[in-house]
Amino acid sequence: MPKEQSGANILIEALSDLGVEVIFGYPGGAVLPIYDALFQQKRIRHILVRHEQAATHAAEGYARATGKPGVVLVTSGPGATNAVTGITDALMDSIPMVVITGQVATHLIGSDAFQEADTVGITRHCTKHNYLVKSPETLGNVIHEAFHIATTGRPGPVVVDIPKDVQVATAPYKKPGTINHASYRPQVKGDIKLIEAAVEMLAAAERPILYTGGGIINSGPAASQILRELARITGAPVTSTLMGLGAYPASGEAWLGMLGMHGTYEANWTMNQADLIVCLGARFDDRVTGRLDAFAPKAKKIHIDIDRSSMNKTVRVDLPIVGDVGHVMEDMVKVWKARQHTKADLSAWWKQIDEWRAKKSLSYPPSTTEIMPQAAVQALWNATHKKNPIITTEVGQHQMWAAQHFHFESPNKWLTSGGLGTMGYGLPAAIGAQLGNPNALVIDIAGEASIQMNIQELATATQYRLPVKIFILNNEYMGMVRQWQELTYSSRYSESYSDALPDFVKLGEAYGWKGIRIETPDQLESGIAEMLAYDGPVIVDCLVAKVANCFPMIPSGASHVEMILADDQVSGELDDEAKALV
Amino acid sequence: MHIKEGLKERHTLSVTVTNEPGVLARIAGMFTARGYNIESLTVADITEDDSISRITIVTAGTPAVIEQVVAQLDRMVPVHKVTDLTLLGDHVERELALVKVAGTGDHRIEALRLAEVFRANVVDTTISSFVFEVTGASTKIDRFVELMKEIGLVEVARTGIVAMARGKEAI
Repeated sequence: MPKEQSGANILIEALSDLGVEVIFGYPGGAVLPIYDALFQQKRIRHILVRHEQAATHAAEGYARATGKPGVVLVTSGPGATNAVTGITDALMDSIPMVVITGQVATHLIGSDAFQEADTVGITRHCTKHNYLVKSPETLGNVIHEAFHIATTGRPGPVVVDIPKDVQVATAPYKKPGTINHASYRPQVKGDIKLIEAAVEMLAAAERPILYTGGGIINSGPAASQILRELARITGAPVTSTLMGLGAYPASGEAWLGMLGMHGTYEANWTMNQADLIVCLGARFDDRVTGRLDAFAPKAKKIHIDIDRSSMNKTVRVDLPIVGDVGHVMEDMVKVWKARQHTKADLSAWWKQIDEWRAKKSLSYPPSTTEIMPQAAVQALWNATHKKNPIITTEVGQHQMWAAQHFHFESPNKWLTSGGLGTMGYGLPAAIGAQLGNPNALVIDIAGEASIQMNIQELATATQYRLPVKIFILNNEYMGMVRQWQELTYSSRYSESYSDALPDFVKLGEAYGWKGIRIETPDQLESGIAEMLAYDGPVIVDCLVAKVANCFPMIPSGASHVEMILADDQVSGELDDEAKALV
Repeated sequence: MHIKEGLKERHTLSVTVTNEPGVLARIAGMFTARGYNIESLTVADITEDDSISRITIVTAGTPAVIEQVVAQLDRMVPVHKVTDLTLLGDHVERELALVKVAGTGDHRIEALRLAEVFRANVVDTTISSFVFEVTGASTKIDRFVELMKEIGLVEVARTGIVAMARGKEAI
C-alpha cells in the first residue's frame, strides 16, 4: 500500500507522472493547500499570471506551440469564472488543456460560501468534460483521466474542480496504468472501405481541392508531412482555414492561401468551382462557407474528422470518414500508391487557378505617406521569416492581415483565436509559447484595442524574463468593427473609435519593457530591426493607416464568388437578412 | 425579416450513460445549449450495481437536426450508446400516469367504468376520490385524462415515455 498523502500532494504527483513541466496560475483562498504543495517541490514550474483569463490563453499558447497539453491552476469563484473565456476558446479551437480549479470545502458547497461558484455547472458547456472531485482517493485517477480526455480524440479543455478539504485530506496515490475508459473511446483509425472510396474519388476528380484545417495541426507534425505527400502525389491544390495555417507550407506549389471570409480570390473560387472537396480536419465553419446554399455547388465532398458531430453539421457531405486526419491521410497515401494511381492531368484546372491567382487579391492601395498595415506585416515577415518565428495574434483586422501576409512554412507557429475570436488572446498566448520554446522568436501581432484586453500580462513577461515582442498595428479603431460599420451601416461608427489610448511606449517602459514607436513608412524597417536586436521584451506601437479595410472579404450572407476586393466600392447599407448574420 | 423553421419529425432516442452526478444535467443542458427540443425525458438506472442509466428522450427536429442530436449525444464522455429507435423502425413506447379524480354518486361509478375500459387500476381511494394508475401509449393516456376532465379530474402525474425496440435483440 503506498503511503497516504494530502490531496494537494496527490495532484502534484499525478501532474509530475503526466510529464507536466509548467502550470499557469493565480493563487487564492481555495487553492492555498495546492500552492503550498507547489512551494515545496521543484519538478513543476508555476508561472504567475496577472489575470486568470490570461492563464488559460497562456496555456493555450503553450499547447498550440508545443503539442503538449496546457495546464491551468486557479482558485474558486472569480478565479474559475475569469477562466471561462479561455476555456471556451480552447473548446472552440480544440486545444488540449486541463484546468484545475479550487472549490470551497465539500460541506460548504451550495451554501453561497465566500468565493463559491458552481464551477462544474458553469463550465459544463464550455469544456469537453469536467469533474468535481469529492474525495482524495479518486483524485489521482481523475487527473489522469482528465489528461487522457483533454489530449485524445478531438482535443479540448477539461476542468477538475477540487474542494479545499479534498486538497487537505489524505489518501494513498498510485500511478494508474493504461486508461481504459468505459464509454469514451475516440475513433482514431478510419474505415478502410471508406478510405478506399475516397482515394478513388480523388483519383477520378478533374477539379479537386484539399481543404485543410486545425485538425492536421492537432494530429501532430507527422500529419503535416503526410499532407504534403498527399498534395504531391495527387497534384491537388491546397487551401486552409485560419486554424490550419502552416500545415502546408505557404511556399509550396499547391498553396492557394487561406479560404473563407478573408481568404484569397483563388482559394474561394477554387472551392466554388471544384468537382471534389476533400475536407481534412476542418469543420465547414460559417467563416469558411459563406452563404450555405451557394457553397461549392458543383463539388462532391469528402469529410475527414475525428469528431463525428462535425459531419453533416452545416454542410451535407457525400463521404464522411471518422478518424484522426493524420492516420486517415496516411492510409489514403498507402492506398493511392498500392493501387498505382498516378497524378491525374490537372493542367486545365491549374490553368484556371492561375487565372484566379492573377487577380492578386491580397493587393492593397500603396501609400508613401502612411504605413499600410498590410505593408507592416509584410515588412515583419521579411525581417523575421528566416528565424521561423512563432506568431500570435489578437482578434480583428490585424489578425486577418497577419493570416494573409505572414506566410507560414510549418505547423505550431501560428497561434490565434479562431472559433471564439477572443480579443486579448495574443499576449498571454505569446507568453505561453515562449515558455514552451525558450529560444524561439515569439511575436504577438496586435491591434491597439485588443492588446488592452490583457495588457496586465506585460508584467508576467517581465517577471520571467521572456523576450516576447508585441507589434501593434495601431489605427485608433476597433478596425474590424469599423470596417463592418462602413460596409453594413453606412459608416455610422458607433463606439468603434479607440479613444484615450495610452502611450504604449511609456506603458511598456513602466512595466520594464522596451518601447518603440514607428510613425512613418521610412521608420518601418529600422523599427523592426531595433525590436529584433533587443534581447528582451519589446512593445512596438506601429501607427498605420486609420481606415484601411481588410480585403478580400465575403460580406455577410454572400457566397464565395461574391467577394469584395480592395478596389471595389464598398461603403453602404446591407439588408436585414445580411445584418442578422454574424 | 422573419425567422424560418424547417419541417420537424418526432424521434425517440435511447441513451445509455454512466450513472454519475451531473450526467442528466449534461444531457439536458446539451439540448438547451444547441437549441434542440425535449418533448419527454425519462431516466433510471438499469444495472444491478447502479453503474449505468438508461435515458429515453423524445425529441423533434428536421432529419438533419436529429442526426446532429444523435452525434452530439454520442460524443459526450459519459455516454455509452445512442440508439434512434424511430430510425431503427418498430419499437414500443409506454408511459404511466397517476390520475386523481374526485366526485360522488354517478360520477364515481362512471369513473370506475371508464377505468375498466382503459384497464386503469385504482391505487388509492377515499369516499369522494380515486387515484388511477394507467399505462399505455401516450395517446391512450391523453384520452383517459380528457374523459376524466368531464367527471372530476383533480390532477395528473406522468412518467414520460420509456421505449424499447421489438424483437429479441438488445440495442
